[in-house]
Amino acid sequence: MTRVADLFQSMDYGPAPESDAEARAWLAAHDATFGHFVAGTWTKAGKTFAVIDPSTNAPLAKVTQGTAADVEAAVKAARGAFGKWTKLTPHQRARHLYALARMVQKHARLFAVLESMDNGKPIRETRDLDIPLVARHFYHHAGWAQLLPDEFPGYGPVGVVGQIIPWNFPLLMLAWKVAPALAAGNTVVLKPAEFTPLSALLFAELAAQAGLPPGVLNIVTGDGATGAALVAHPGVDKIAFTGSTEVGKIIRKATAGSGKKLSLELGGKSPFIVYEDADLDAVVEGVVDAIWFNQGQVCCAGSRLLVQEGIHDRLIAKLRARMETLRVGRPLDKGIDMGAIVAPEQLERIRALCAQGEAEGATRWQASGAVPSTGCFFPPTLFTNVSPASTIAQVEIFGPVMVAMTFRTPEESVALANNTVYGLAASLWTENINLALDIAPKLKAGVVWVNATNLFDAAAGFGGYRESGFGREGGKEGMWEYLLPEGATRASEAAVRKAREAKKAASRAPETLREPLLSPVDQVDRTAKLFIGGKQARPDSGYSRAILDPKGRIVGEVGEGNRKDVRNAVEAAQAAAKGWATSTGHLRAQILYYIGENLSARADEFVSRLRAMTGASAREATREVEQSIQGCFAYAAWADKWDGAVHQVPFRGVAIAMQEPIGVVGVITPHAAPLGGFVSMVAPLIATGNTVVAIPSELHPLAATDLYTVFESSDLPGGVVNIVTGASEALGKVLAEHDDVEAVWFMGTEDGRRTIELASAGNMKRTFCRLAASDPSVTGDMKALLREATQVKNIWVPYGA
Amino acid sequence: MSASTLPRNTGQPLDLERVRAIRVNRSSAERRAATIPTRRTVKKEWQAAWLLKAITLMDLTTLSGDDTAGNVTRLCAKARRPVRDEILAALGAGSLGITVGAVCVYHRWVETAVRALEGSGIPVAAVSTGFPAGLSPFETRLAEIRASVAAGAREIDIVITRAHVLTGDWTALYDEVCAFREACGDAHLKAILATGELATLTHVARASWVAMQAGADFIKTSTGKEGVNATLPVSLVMVRQIREYAEVSGCLVGYKPAGGIRAAKPALDYLLLMKEELGVRWLQPDLFRFGASGLLTDIERQLEHHVTGRYAAAHRQPMP
Repeated sequence: MTRVADLFQSMDYGPAPESDAEARAWLAAHDATFGHFVAGTWTKAGKTFAVIDPSTNAPLAKVTQGTAADVEAAVKAARGAFGKWTKLTPHQRARHLYALARMVQKHARLFAVLESMDNGKPIRETRDLDIPLVARHFYHHAGWAQLLPDEFPGYGPVGVVGQIIPWNFPLLMLAWKVAPALAAGNTVVLKPAEFTPLSALLFAELAAQAGLPPGVLNIVTGDGATGAALVAHPGVDKIAFTGSTEVGKIIRKATAGSGKKLSLELGGKSPFIVYEDADLDAVVEGVVDAIWFNQGQVCCAGSRLLVQEGIHDRLIAKLRARMETLRVGRPLDKGIDMGAIVAPEQLERIRALCAQGEAEGATRWQASGAVPSTGCFFPPTLFTNVSPASTIAQVEIFGPVMVAMTFRTPEESVALANNTVYGLAASLWTENINLALDIAPKLKAGVVWVNATNLFDAAAGFGGYRESGFGREGGKEGMWEYLLPEGATRASEAAVRKAREAKKAASRAPETLREPLLSPVDQVDRTAKLFIGGKQARPDSGYSRAILDPKGRIVGEVGEGNRKDVRNAVEAAQAAAKGWATSTGHLRAQILYYIGENLSARADEFVSRLRAMTGASAREATREVEQSIQGCFAYAAWADKWDGAVHQVPFRGVAIAMQEPIGVVGVITPHAAPLGGFVSMVAPLIATGNTVVAIPSELHPLAATDLYTVFESSDLPGGVVNIVTGASEALGKVLAEHDDVEAVWFMGTEDGRRTIELASAGNMKRTFCRLAASDPSVTGDMKALLREATQVKNIWVPYGA
Repeated sequence: MSASTLPRNTGQPLDLERVRAIRVNRSSAERRAATIPTRRTVKKEWQAAWLLKAITLMDLTTLSGDDTAGNVTRLCAKARRPVRDEILAALGAGSLGITVGAVCVYHRWVETAVRALEGSGIPVAAVSTGFPAGLSPFETRLAEIRASVAAGAREIDIVITRAHVLTGDWTALYDEVCAFREACGDAHLKAILATGELATLTHVARASWVAMQAGADFIKTSTGKEGVNATLPVSLVMVRQIREYAEVSGCLVGYKPAGGIRAAKPALDYLLLMKEELGVRWLQPDLFRFGASGLLTDIERQLEHHVTGRYAAAHRQPMP
């Protein structure tokens, strides 16, 4: 029989290769050897390393290992271009971004083919998902560039931004980083991943052809050492990184205390939760899109399958049947579902973890179909008999490997889903809208997909909770990452520092105890304890600390808090967190108003306290108390108005951007304005549903300790605000190190900021550090504080009758 | 279907609890349907083979008010020789005995078609039961089936009462299809659900299930007369029910999308859907048919293009 006649009987699939001719022609035009792209032109290739096609292990090109000098040159180019770029009108910058979007569309297939060759992912994905999303990102951000003065008044660019992107979605990650950075008026030095640098180089070359001014976007290739040089470069004002949590922690430490703005999008072990009333055929395809998309090399991949016990066996049977029809093959074949793993070392890691899973007793299921014998291929894999204690249930495998576990009740599904250090994404499947909308807010994840998975759009923010990092990419929430209030850039910070140092000489430093204890016998002793869980608690140390006035006279004593007191306070704050976070904005407003009311009733007392403690004039002290009352009212006003948004994403459904509290927040308040500073930091946090462990100024803590009775008389639930007095920065460090504290707000010295930021890397808690020279009053940018007090969770809910 | 050794669907008692538990997530179904044609493709010889297969899966159809013996006879002639001999020869497919799957007509032309197809082995299908609305008196509809069977139709495409679905009266739907099946006797029953009038994919899935439990040999999307006819999402939902039903009952039920499939590319998309969701067993004429009138010409053009390398013209293909 002829071939056609044979095929008529078998109805097999055949090869359907996409041509690589154009991509190879582009490589050949560069002799397959690349320098960096800096200041609008190619640098001469330096010491190079090979970029391979992981589906064949054949070399594709050689690219240059970026040196510190290369980074220096790129930062210099970006700095040189910054002035002109940032002075363009918003409309002019919008035109540039629009031109980039058009450029991507014009060369869409070239990008798609090159990306597939370099990364190993199927051409279907680059063609239908990666590259269209890249174009969409530039179009969307052309809009933000245009609207900048209207939507972000008083804000401007950060400066020169260093961006380090991963290999799993090379060009898409470039777009997520470059589009908002340029739209906000920054200039960029970007380092693509060493495995996959080619699409970034092509992009830079075509962007220059599309008229992007030289130096606005610079690409430096290289490995981790190049990235480290970029992170360390003093001329970089912000680092944006997507990659592993491990490297994220290194970057957090490296930038600690530098004043560099930082956004990190890190790892995940995202839950994929299936309830018993879900459409199981839909779920099966969801799993395919969750973990067998991009070979499972997706930071937000649904990689933990949590199935309600009663439907486990049925779902697993369906999944196993579906796995049989998945096709693994050459990335440029248009008829495959999965291509190659990005590199041999990644393949080895996946293999090792799967072996460990089996060794720990899990059952491995793989389809019977063949995978290509050469190149980095791994078949779709499902593990059953997995428990949360299994290594493969905890570790991010970053491969096409799903692990399945069961749960009994919705409550247990949430507990299991959140039983991870990560918090990037979650997917939940049910036909019951009540269940879906109840569960979604309870999941610790920056993105929740209801009856869907791995949906992305430029209009909706993407980013994590917990050790999945901080900051958002996409949407209005993503734009803030590339903006600063005018006058708050690092350059202006340096100016402030200079001024302060000049002033310092004249200022009076608090002195140590030299006067005898003045203890008026006619006054009952009021030694303040600590305030933990709504109760006044003695310090664990059994010591007190004397508080002096400017003349060195003792004006009171407070408990000398220590690590254990911080631990107890965090436990109390955690115990109160769930109830406070889910209380209504109206209730929180009422309590804040009540605090303001009681503060007002005792205003004279607080004025006297401030005067005695700080030596402030009556006018100054009265003003501070008045401002504190205003602050309570202002944040009470916000408590039920800090709304989220419904994003305009291009699908039938809603993408709900919810403002969620971060959780337990440690607060180290400044010496200046002991009451006003305290209120200005604590009020926005509790208004938005966080609970707080506050360390008041160690010099002037008595205004804060006087608040105990104000809180007690204002119906503030126990544990919402906890106060530990003592050595501020030492206690602050304990808070910053605490793994059950989700954020730290700090106002103080540069050294203190560095300590806090370094210590925060342990669980990648968010930090919000300001130098004491900043205005601690409540009249500042309240929305900025509210943004810091909350994180945006995007809940995608497709619908359809 | 004559050559098939496939046992017929025996039907099952109506399982109302199961029917009511069926839920289809529309967005997910649409997403899967949208990506089937982007995840798979067939090129070159594979495409030619698949297009030939598509011809054998075709219910070549004319269902017009102005049908006459003349055009029905012409259609039957085309059914016997759907592709020019030289094209088949060039493809090396001359020995495959390519004909269409069936010819589908109104009852009035069953005898004409049976005569015209005599000796070809190609069955005649009759649309029946008050096609397309299905609202004639019940006894009339049964009589219509019997009359078409008596006239030589080996397949009866019945239409269901949409009201039963829209009001959730699954028992009435079950009883109706059971009665039609009984009236069919040895002729195969294809149950047209008129999915374009069933409002939701969940309704489509439930109606599919009930029709199969009532003994339908095929479930079919549309009469071709509804506002919306066959679509990939609807097909996805129906074939998934076929898969479930096969698992539960052991009976293989066929699938027939109908209406609006006029070009080779979408026809291939349906074949991809069948292969992906049900496997190649469902790419045989006893388990899959297209209801189509204009599709064949486009397939012929694609086949000629494959043979000559030149884009082909419709007027060079013999008209049905």
